[in-house]
Amino acid sequence: MEAEAAKFIGAGLACFGMAGAAIGVANIFSNFLSGALRNPAAAPGQFSNLIFGFAVTEALGIFSFLVALLLLFVV
Amino acid sequence: MADPNVVDPIHQFAITDILPIGNSGLGITNAALFMILTTGLISAYLIISTQRRSLVPNRLQLVSEMLYEFVANMVTGSAGREGMKFFPFVFSLFMFVLVANMFGMIPFFFTVTSHIIVTFALAMLVFIVVVVYGFVRNGPKFLKLFVPSGVPMYILPLVAVIEVISFLSRPISLSVRLFANILAGHITLKVFAGFVVSMGGLGFLGWLGALLPLALTVGITALEFLVAALQAYVFALLTSMYLNDAIHPGH
Repeated sequence: MEAEAAKFIGAGLACFGMAGAAIGVANIFSNFLSGALRNPAAAPGQFSNLIFGFAVTEALGIFSFLVALLLLFVV
Repeated sequence: MADPNVVDPIHQFAITDILPIGNSGLGITNAALFMILTTGLISAYLIISTQRRSLVPNRLQLVSEMLYEFVANMVTGSAGREGMKFFPFVFSLFMFVLVANMFGMIPFFFTVTSHIIVTFALAMLVFIVVVVYGFVRNGPKFLKLFVPSGVPMYILPLVAVIEVISFLSRPISLSVRLFANILAGHITLKVFAGFVVSMGGLGFLGWLGALLPLALTVGITALEFLVAALQAYVFALLTSMYLNDAIHPGH
Protein backbone atom coordinates (compact mmCIF):
# COMPACT_ATOMS: atom_id res chain seq x y z
CA MET A 1 0.00 0.00 0.00
CA GLU A 2 1.37 3.44 -0.81
CA ALA A 3 2.01 5.90 1.96
CA GLU A 4 -0.63 8.33 0.62
CA ALA A 5 -3.38 5.72 0.82
CA ALA A 6 -2.28 4.62 4.28
CA LYS A 7 -2.38 8.26 5.45
CA PHE A 8 -6.00 8.67 4.39
CA ILE A 9 -7.02 5.36 5.94
CA GLY A 10 -5.24 6.29 9.16
CA ALA A 11 -6.94 9.68 9.25
CA GLY A 12 -10.33 8.01 8.89
CA LEU A 13 -9.55 5.50 11.62
CA ALA A 14 -8.42 8.26 13.97
CA CYS A 15 -11.91 9.71 13.90
CA PHE A 16 -13.24 6.71 15.85
CA GLY A 17 -11.72 8.28 18.95
CA MET A 18 -14.30 11.03 18.87
CA ALA A 19 -17.05 8.50 19.68
CA GLY A 20 -15.70 8.07 23.21
CA ALA A 21 -15.32 11.81 23.69
CA ALA A 22 -18.88 12.40 22.50
CA ILE A 23 -20.25 9.87 25.00
CA GLY A 24 -18.17 11.49 27.75
CA VAL A 25 -19.43 15.00 27.01
CA ALA A 26 -23.02 13.74 26.86
CA ASN A 27 -22.47 12.04 30.23
CA ILE A 28 -21.38 15.29 31.83
CA PHE A 29 -24.27 17.34 30.56
CA SER A 30 -26.88 14.66 31.23
CA ASN A 31 -25.72 14.26 34.83
CA PHE A 32 -25.74 18.03 35.29
CA LEU A 33 -29.25 18.27 33.86
CA SER A 34 -30.65 15.47 35.99
CA GLY A 35 -29.02 16.96 39.08
CA ALA A 36 -30.24 20.46 38.21
CA LEU A 37 -33.80 19.25 37.71
CA ARG A 38 -33.79 17.65 41.14
CA ASN A 39 -32.13 20.58 42.90
CA PRO A 40 -32.52 23.73 40.81
CA ALA A 41 -31.22 26.01 43.56
CA ALA A 42 -27.81 24.33 43.54
CA ALA A 43 -27.43 24.37 39.75
CA PRO A 44 -25.91 27.85 39.16
CA GLY A 45 -23.18 27.12 41.71
CA GLN A 46 -22.04 24.10 39.76
CA PHE A 47 -22.12 25.82 36.38
CA SER A 48 -18.40 26.53 36.31
CA ASN A 49 -17.64 22.89 37.21
CA LEU A 50 -19.85 21.92 34.30
CA ILE A 51 -17.98 24.11 31.84
CA PHE A 52 -14.61 22.92 33.15
CA GLY A 53 -15.56 19.24 32.89
CA PHE A 54 -16.92 19.80 29.39
CA ALA A 55 -13.72 21.48 28.25
CA VAL A 56 -11.32 18.83 29.56
CA THR A 57 -13.45 16.00 28.13
CA GLU A 58 -13.83 17.66 24.74
CA ALA A 59 -10.06 18.12 24.66
CA LEU A 60 -9.62 14.36 24.27
CA GLY A 61 -11.92 14.30 21.27
CA ILE A 62 -9.97 17.19 19.82
CA PHE A 63 -6.74 15.22 20.39
CA SER A 64 -8.06 12.47 18.12
CA PHE A 65 -9.07 15.06 15.51
CA LEU A 66 -5.55 16.46 15.81
CA VAL A 67 -4.07 13.02 15.05
CA ALA A 68 -6.23 12.86 11.93
CA LEU A 69 -5.06 16.33 10.85
CA LEU A 70 -1.43 15.43 11.56
CA LEU A 71 -1.75 12.37 9.34
CA LEU A 72 -3.36 14.34 6.53
CA PHE A 73 -1.31 17.50 6.46
CA VAL A 74 1.91 17.03 8.35
CA VAL A 75 3.16 13.50 7.70
CA MET B 1 -2.26 20.28 -2.18
CA ALA B 2 -1.87 23.52 -4.14
CA ASP B 3 -4.58 22.65 -6.70
CA PRO B 4 -6.63 25.87 -7.08
CA ASN B 5 -9.85 23.92 -7.56
CA VAL B 6 -9.57 22.23 -4.17
CA VAL B 7 -10.21 24.04 -0.90
CA ASP B 8 -6.92 24.40 0.96
CA PRO B 9 -7.71 24.93 4.64
CA ILE B 10 -4.08 24.90 5.75
CA HIS B 11 -2.80 27.93 3.89
CA GLN B 12 -4.39 30.32 6.40
CA PHE B 13 -1.90 29.19 9.05
CA ALA B 14 1.24 30.04 7.06
CA ILE B 15 3.62 32.48 8.72
CA THR B 16 4.70 35.27 6.40
CA ASP B 17 7.38 37.90 6.92
CA ILE B 18 6.28 41.50 7.14
CA LEU B 19 9.47 43.25 8.25
CA PRO B 20 12.24 40.67 7.95
CA ILE B 21 15.69 41.32 9.40
CA GLY B 22 17.83 39.81 6.67
CA ASN B 23 17.75 36.02 6.74
CA SER B 24 17.77 35.55 10.50
CA GLY B 25 14.05 34.93 10.85
CA LEU B 26 13.89 37.47 13.68
CA GLY B 27 11.85 40.11 11.90
CA ILE B 28 8.19 40.98 12.29
CA THR B 29 6.03 38.18 10.93
CA ASN B 30 2.26 38.16 10.77
CA ALA B 31 2.21 36.13 13.99
CA ALA B 32 4.43 38.70 15.73
CA LEU B 33 2.28 41.55 14.41
CA PHE B 34 -0.90 40.04 15.82
CA MET B 35 0.71 39.27 19.15
CA ILE B 36 1.80 42.92 19.34
CA LEU B 37 -1.72 44.04 18.41
CA THR B 38 -3.20 41.74 21.07
CA THR B 39 -1.06 43.01 23.93
CA GLY B 40 -1.36 46.58 22.64
CA LEU B 41 -5.15 46.41 22.59
CA ILE B 42 -5.37 44.84 26.04
CA SER B 43 -2.97 47.35 27.60
CA ALA B 44 -4.53 50.34 25.85
CA TYR B 45 -8.06 49.35 26.84
CA LEU B 46 -7.24 48.64 30.48
CA ILE B 47 -5.15 51.79 30.89
CA ILE B 48 -7.55 54.16 29.13
CA SER B 49 -10.70 52.76 30.70
CA THR B 50 -9.38 53.04 34.26
CA GLN B 51 -7.71 56.42 33.86
CA ARG B 52 -10.43 58.34 35.69
CA ARG B 53 -10.73 55.79 38.49
CA SER B 54 -14.23 56.93 39.27
CA LEU B 55 -15.92 55.23 42.22
CA VAL B 56 -19.06 54.72 40.17
CA PRO B 57 -17.62 53.28 36.97
CA ASN B 58 -18.51 54.47 33.52
CA ARG B 59 -19.16 51.89 30.83
CA LEU B 60 -15.57 51.25 29.78
CA GLN B 61 -14.33 51.00 33.35
CA LEU B 62 -17.22 48.70 34.14
CA VAL B 63 -16.03 46.17 31.57
CA SER B 64 -12.51 46.26 33.01
CA GLU B 65 -13.89 45.78 36.51
CA MET B 66 -16.06 42.87 35.34
CA LEU B 67 -13.05 41.18 33.77
CA TYR B 68 -11.00 41.76 36.92
CA GLU B 69 -13.73 40.38 39.14
CA PHE B 70 -14.30 37.36 36.91
CA VAL B 71 -10.65 36.32 36.97
CA ALA B 72 -10.24 37.22 40.66
CA ASN B 73 -13.20 35.01 41.62
CA MET B 74 -11.74 32.20 39.53
CA VAL B 75 -8.31 32.51 41.16
CA THR B 76 -9.59 32.73 44.73
CA GLY B 77 -12.03 29.88 44.07
CA SER B 78 -9.28 27.56 42.89
CA ALA B 79 -6.17 28.71 44.72
CA GLY B 80 -7.47 30.49 47.81
CA ARG B 81 -6.52 33.94 49.09
CA GLU B 82 -2.83 33.19 48.64
CA GLY B 83 -3.47 32.56 44.99
CA MET B 84 -4.09 36.28 44.46
CA LYS B 85 -0.31 36.64 44.45
CA PHE B 86 -0.53 35.12 40.98
CA PHE B 87 -3.48 37.21 39.87
CA PRO B 88 -1.49 39.41 37.42
CA PHE B 89 -0.07 36.25 35.80
CA VAL B 90 -3.43 34.50 35.43
CA PHE B 91 -5.16 37.70 34.31
CA SER B 92 -2.51 38.32 31.64
CA LEU B 93 -2.81 34.76 30.38
CA PHE B 94 -6.61 34.95 30.30
CA MET B 95 -6.71 38.29 28.47
CA PHE B 96 -4.01 37.30 25.99
CA VAL B 97 -5.67 34.01 25.04
CA LEU B 98 -9.14 35.59 24.93
CA VAL B 99 -8.17 38.55 22.74
CA ALA B 100 -5.89 36.44 20.52
CA ASN B 101 -8.71 33.95 19.92
CA MET B 102 -11.19 36.73 19.23
CA PHE B 103 -8.80 38.43 16.79
CA GLY B 104 -8.64 35.15 14.93
CA MET B 105 -12.39 35.24 14.35
CA ILE B 106 -12.11 38.46 12.32
CA PRO B 107 -11.82 37.66 8.60
CA PHE B 108 -8.31 37.90 7.15
CA PHE B 109 -6.73 38.23 10.60
CA PHE B 110 -4.13 35.71 11.70
CA THR B 111 -4.89 33.45 14.68
CA VAL B 112 -1.90 33.45 16.96
CA THR B 113 -3.06 30.58 19.20
CA SER B 114 -3.47 28.24 16.25
CA HIS B 115 0.25 27.54 16.36
CA ILE B 116 1.50 24.91 18.80
CA ILE B 117 4.66 26.89 19.53
CA VAL B 118 2.65 29.80 20.95
CA THR B 119 0.40 27.66 23.14
CA PHE B 120 3.32 25.46 24.14
CA ALA B 121 5.31 28.53 25.23
CA LEU B 122 2.37 29.67 27.38
CA ALA B 123 1.86 26.20 28.86
CA MET B 124 5.56 25.74 29.59
CA LEU B 125 5.57 29.15 31.28
CA VAL B 126 2.74 27.99 33.55
CA PHE B 127 4.48 24.67 34.22
CA ILE B 128 7.82 26.26 35.08
CA VAL B 129 6.16 28.83 37.36
CA VAL B 130 4.32 26.01 39.17
CA VAL B 131 7.41 23.83 39.62
CA VAL B 132 9.77 26.66 40.60
CA TYR B 133 7.31 28.28 43.00
CA GLY B 134 6.38 24.87 44.43
CA PHE B 135 9.97 24.11 45.31
CA VAL B 136 10.77 27.63 46.48
CA ARG B 137 7.77 27.75 48.80
CA ASN B 138 7.60 24.18 50.05
CA GLY B 139 11.09 22.80 49.59
CA PRO B 140 11.22 19.02 49.22
CA LYS B 141 7.70 18.79 50.70
CA PHE B 142 6.47 19.79 47.26
CA LEU B 143 6.96 16.13 46.28
CA LYS B 144 4.10 15.27 48.63
CA LEU B 145 2.00 16.20 45.61
CA PHE B 146 2.79 12.80 44.12
CA VAL B 147 1.86 10.85 47.23
CA PRO B 148 -1.91 11.10 47.75
CA SER B 149 -3.05 10.56 51.33
CA GLY B 150 -4.68 7.31 52.29
CA VAL B 151 -2.90 5.08 49.77
CA PRO B 152 -1.77 1.66 51.12
CA MET B 153 1.99 1.14 51.19
CA TYR B 154 2.22 -1.75 48.76
CA ILE B 155 0.64 0.18 45.90
CA LEU B 156 2.33 3.49 46.65
CA PRO B 157 5.24 3.18 44.16
CA LEU B 158 2.87 2.51 41.27
CA VAL B 159 0.57 5.38 42.24
CA ALA B 160 3.54 7.74 42.62
CA VAL B 161 4.81 6.88 39.13
CA ILE B 162 1.35 7.41 37.65
CA GLU B 163 1.04 10.75 39.46
CA VAL B 164 4.43 11.92 38.16
CA ILE B 165 3.55 10.97 34.58
CA SER B 166 0.21 12.76 34.79
CA PHE B 167 1.93 15.82 36.28
CA LEU B 168 4.47 15.89 33.45
CA SER B 169 1.69 15.60 30.88
CA ARG B 170 0.07 18.82 32.13
CA PRO B 171 1.92 21.28 29.85
CA ILE B 172 1.26 19.02 26.88
CA SER B 173 -2.46 18.69 27.53
CA LEU B 174 -2.78 22.40 28.37
CA SER B 175 -1.11 23.49 25.15
CA VAL B 176 -2.65 20.89 22.84
CA ARG B 177 -6.18 21.55 24.18
CA LEU B 178 -6.03 25.23 23.21
CA PHE B 179 -4.09 24.67 19.98
CA ALA B 180 -6.18 21.81 18.63
CA ASN B 181 -9.49 23.47 19.52
CA ILE B 182 -8.61 26.67 17.67
CA LEU B 183 -6.94 24.86 14.75
CA ALA B 184 -9.85 22.46 14.30
CA GLY B 185 -12.35 25.30 14.45
CA HIS B 186 -10.63 27.38 11.82
CA ILE B 187 -10.06 24.43 9.48
CA THR B 188 -13.73 23.46 9.79
CA LEU B 189 -14.79 27.03 9.03
CA LYS B 190 -12.56 27.13 5.96
CA VAL B 191 -13.80 23.76 4.69
CA PHE B 192 -17.48 24.68 5.08
CA ALA B 193 -16.93 28.05 3.46
CA GLY B 194 -15.25 26.19 0.61
CA PHE B 195 -18.36 24.05 0.24
CA VAL B 196 -20.44 27.20 -0.26
CA VAL B 197 -18.13 28.37 -3.03
CA SER B 198 -17.86 25.01 -4.77
CA MET B 199 -21.63 24.47 -4.68
CA GLY B 200 -22.17 27.98 -5.98
CA GLY B 201 -20.19 27.04 -9.04
CA LEU B 202 -22.85 24.52 -10.09
CA GLY B 203 -25.33 27.00 -11.58
CA PHE B 204 -28.73 28.11 -10.27
CA LEU B 205 -29.55 24.91 -8.34
CA GLY B 206 -26.06 25.12 -6.89
CA TRP B 207 -26.80 28.58 -5.56
CA LEU B 208 -29.93 27.28 -3.85
CA GLY B 209 -28.10 24.26 -2.47
CA ALA B 210 -25.25 26.45 -1.23
CA LEU B 211 -27.64 27.94 1.34
CA LEU B 212 -27.21 24.82 3.51
CA PRO B 213 -23.44 25.02 3.97
CA LEU B 214 -23.86 28.79 4.37
CA ALA B 215 -26.23 28.25 7.31
CA LEU B 216 -23.83 25.67 8.74
CA THR B 217 -20.93 28.12 8.39
CA VAL B 218 -22.88 30.77 10.30
CA GLY B 219 -23.68 28.25 13.03
CA ILE B 220 -20.09 27.08 13.26
CA THR B 221 -18.86 30.69 13.42
CA ALA B 222 -21.12 31.21 16.44
CA LEU B 223 -19.76 28.00 17.96
CA GLU B 224 -16.21 29.21 17.32
CA PHE B 225 -16.87 32.43 19.23
CA LEU B 226 -18.07 30.32 22.15
CA VAL B 227 -15.07 28.00 21.90
CA ALA B 228 -12.67 30.97 21.77
CA ALA B 229 -14.01 32.41 25.03
CA LEU B 230 -14.38 28.98 26.65
CA GLN B 231 -10.82 27.91 25.88
CA ALA B 232 -9.47 31.14 27.37
CA TYR B 233 -11.52 30.49 30.53
CA VAL B 234 -10.39 26.85 30.74
CA PHE B 235 -6.73 27.78 30.22
CA ALA B 236 -6.87 30.32 33.04
CA LEU B 237 -8.88 28.00 35.30
CA LEU B 238 -6.44 25.12 34.85
CA THR B 239 -3.54 27.52 35.49
CA SER B 240 -5.18 28.51 38.79
CA MET B 241 -5.68 24.86 39.73
CA TYR B 242 -2.05 24.00 38.97
CA LEU B 243 -0.95 27.02 41.01
CA ASN B 244 -3.10 25.70 43.85
CA ASP B 245 -1.04 22.51 43.65
CA ALA B 246 2.12 24.58 44.03
CA ILE B 247 0.79 26.60 46.97
CA HIS B 248 -0.89 23.74 48.83
CA PRO B 249 0.75 20.49 47.72
CA GLY B 250 -0.80 17.19 48.68
CA HIS B 251 -4.38 16.19 47.88
